[in-house]
Amino acid sequence: MIEWLQHLLVLPILVPLAVAAVLIPIDERKRTLKGAIGFASTLVVFVVTMILVRLAAGGSPGTGVYQLGNWPAPFGIVLVLDRLSALMLCLASGLALAAQVYSMARWHTAGHHFHSLFQLLVAGLNGAFLTGDLFNLFVFFEMMLAASYGLLLHCSGPVRVKAGLHYIAINLAASALFLIGVSLIYGVTGTLNMADLATKLATLAPENRNFVEAGAAILGVAFLVKAGMWPLSFWLPTAYAAATPPVAAAFAILTKVGIYIIIRLHLLVFGAAAGASTGFGQDWLVAGGMLTIAYGAIGVLASQAMGRLAGYSVLVSSGTLLAALGLGHQGMLAGALFYLVSSTLTIAAFFLLIELVERGRDAGADVLAVTMEAYGDFDEDEEEEEVGVAIPGTMAVLGLCFCLCAVLLSGLPPLSGFIAKFALLHGLFDGSKADLAAATSPADWTYVLLIILSGLAAMIAMNRIGIRTFWASIEGTIPRVVVVEIAPVLVLLGACVFLSLQAGPAMRYMQATADDLLSPLVHSERVLSAPRTGGN
Amino acid sequence: MELVLSTGIGVLTASGVYLLLRPRTYQVIIGLSLLSFAVNLFIFGMGRLRVNAPPLLEPGGVGDLVRYTDPVPQALVLTAIVIGFAMTALFLVVLLASRGFTGTDHVDGREQRGD
Repeated sequence: MIEWLQHLLVLPILVPLAVAAVLIPIDERKRTLKGAIGFASTLVVFVVTMILVRLAAGGSPGTGVYQLGNWPAPFGIVLVLDRLSALMLCLASGLALAAQVYSMARWHTAGHHFHSLFQLLVAGLNGAFLTGDLFNLFVFFEMMLAASYGLLLHCSGPVRVKAGLHYIAINLAASALFLIGVSLIYGVTGTLNMADLATKLATLAPENRNFVEAGAAILGVAFLVKAGMWPLSFWLPTAYAAATPPVAAAFAILTKVGIYIIIRLHLLVFGAAAGASTGFGQDWLVAGGMLTIAYGAIGVLASQAMGRLAGYSVLVSSGTLLAALGLGHQGMLAGALFYLVSSTLTIAAFFLLIELVERGRDAGADVLAVTMEAYGDFDEDEEEEEVGVAIPGTMAVLGLCFCLCAVLLSGLPPLSGFIAKFALLHGLFDGSKADLAAATSPADWTYVLLIILSGLAAMIAMNRIGIRTFWASIEGTIPRVVVVEIAPVLVLLGACVFLSLQAGPAMRYMQATADDLLSPLVHSERVLSAPRTGGN
Repeated sequence: MELVLSTGIGVLTASGVYLLLRPRTYQVIIGLSLLSFAVNLFIFGMGRLRVNAPPLLEPGGVGDLVRYTDPVPQALVLTAIVIGFAMTALFLVVLLASRGFTGTDHVDGREQRGD
């Protein structure tokens, strides 16, 4: 193994962190420079994560564990790369790249330190995906959340401040739960390392098991708040609809961080090797996930504004994943991961698209005008920057993108939304028993029903809004859209189309990831037995 | 000592949760602060309560585990305090911004009858 290749693992955290610090003292008026540096940083991170995915897919031993401070695993702090974390890293940095390009058309001018905060968000996200122990997870989580508070408030205004107030309060309360859970687990098992925890749980004394399970449950609540499980999710649609479009697109991955941690901890710590605790909390995930799908679907139908519709779609996506995880069919895991990637890309693209479509209408234009007024100094620069290429047939392109979003959100063939749902349902019914009725429980059938109905709800809502916006528009004004703004939407939707075309290789990767996740002790062994560098 | 600590944590948590559910932003921030104090004490308690046991080895001293307390929870508490402090400061700014925009300190930005 080449020496420098090993250090790639820490770059997705270090590069954005350093760049965020560098960007702070640069004068706010040099926005092009700040944007260029920020873009370069995110691009570097994206390229690095692509290499990491290749490394993880190759599965060569010894590539995946990075010992900060060169102490072996249970004692030192480690970063762990496996297929799942590589996948999430790649997804997160891809989204970040798209959102950042989009912001450079105009939104980054609407407040201070946008690019620094954005880099901190990327660093926190990457850290949360890479870390191998619970307390560093907390630290990276807080870093990500602190940046997200700043980004949510970016551009200011009463609506955002009100949404931000609620968002911060609920996340601070969730962080308190997070700490209680982590310290309870540490107090009983004496370890914070996730891989070590997985090996210790099997040999735990029965009187201590309750404490660990209580700690895990409290920890789980903290993550479920972030993932947006009903009834912990009422803050989410408001906050996401209030955020500026590039921020909302980047936030599409934030709920998935909660889901990622639940997938990781649930399968690692409460996997097949956990003895009496195997499958702890699954019933709660199933019930909560299904209620989330139902709540999200009703919200999607009831939404008048596109921003709220997208927010409720986030909930539907979270609920689908949580329930799929809770049902515990091993065949569903690969499908769930595919769904995670597809739905995150779709929702991010939709968030970016909404503002472009609504720009021609009065409501959106008003908000923008107020914002530009508040930061009046930037007005003149704004005029110059808008001299981009105005795309001919703007509405045609926007309408096409909207159609793609609708097809992807409702899970119609031939795009990846359909493939993902098909893979989920296929995994559900792919029992070894020939008799379907015996292999599936009422919960499974409810899940099937909910997935299909939520798709229907998304289709109805998107149809209604699409007709009202594109065919029956009263004002008939065509929004001015710059190439820089439509390109990220096209790229994200293009990624979904690519995912549909390359579904075979993608599903093979997801299946390999699922197999890794289902053998937690192999993972633990790999982390704990990784040698120190330098040979002693 | 155990009774005092657990009572303290309990009272802080209860008051914190009560205040967190109140409608004024100032009550919410005090509630969050009390909650974070309770959490910090709880983390500290998870290292077990020991008197006269330092968390660090003394130079030249005997490395016997019985004489020392667990240093990890203390390190965790320090980190949690710093992060909690920063978050409280941030929340305070948002609180003031909200007060400035809406002219009220209600968490929903408008007064409701019956409060």
